[in-house]
Amino acid sequence: MNRNYELMFIVRPDMVDEDLNKLISTLESSVTSAGGTTKTEVWGKRRLAYRVGRFNDGIFVLMMIDGKGAVVHELERRLRVTEPVIKFLTVRTDEELKRLDKIKKIRDSKKKASAAPAATAASVTGTPEAGTETPASAPV
Amino acid sequence: MAEETKAPTAHAGSSGGESRPERSGGDRSDRSGPRGPRPAGGPGGPREGGRKYFRRKKVCKFCVEKIEAVNYKDVRLLAQFVAESGKITPRRLTGVCMPHQRRLSRAIKQARNIALLPFAGRAQ
Repeated sequence: MNRNYELMFIVRPDMVDEDLNKLISTLESSVTSAGGTTKTEVWGKRRLAYRVGRFNDGIFVLMMIDGKGAVVHELERRLRVTEPVIKFLTVRTDEELKRLDKIKKIRDSKKKASAAPAATAASVTGTPEAGTETPASAPV
Repeated sequence: MAEETKAPTAHAGSSGGESRPERSGGDRSDRSGPRGPRPAGGPGGPREGGRKYFRRKKVCKFCVEKIEAVNYKDVRLLAQFVAESGKITPRRLTGVCMPHQRRLSRAIKQARNIALLPFAGRAQ
């Protein structure tokens, strides 16, 4: 069963672009070879909220992975071994995505439902209101 | 007689009457601070007259602005709900509803782990 994961990792700030690209491509190839798909975003250099080791900033990389849990296991093992990687975090996102999808669907259907009857309701309510107003005003 | 009258008032005070103004005091100091997580100019509704404290009704920012995805990557959003000390601001001060506070606190904790937010103290 395939799941969605987000794997974010931080590499040391003095890492050269070449090495970083090489690292990313090896990680990606390990995912694809296991039958998963990835999308990678490099956030670039950012300040860390606290010191990690002796680093005050780092290069943030985010990988969106679609694959099995074993893929993530392998990636984490690799990251642990790779020295320039300071920190990493894996988050499973499929349930969250599903939830968001559901909410979006509900909202869209509501929008459609409210948009369609609103026009008809406006024209319909115009007449009964006028009807109820006259008897109400008559006794007073 | 005097004792009898004292006792119920003390009770009422401890049960809720007195503890609330205290909280509102704390929340007012928060309001004057630099970071007001409450949506500014939000639908606070009309002020209730007759009360000593005018308190705007707190509303959940996430419900009002329909932010469903509370994500650890959105540092700017999360930082609004973290005190200067790095602590997660309690719900009673921010007005966030329980389902959203749960997601929020999870996201903040994840962000801390990946050094996007500080565990303690201000981000450098």
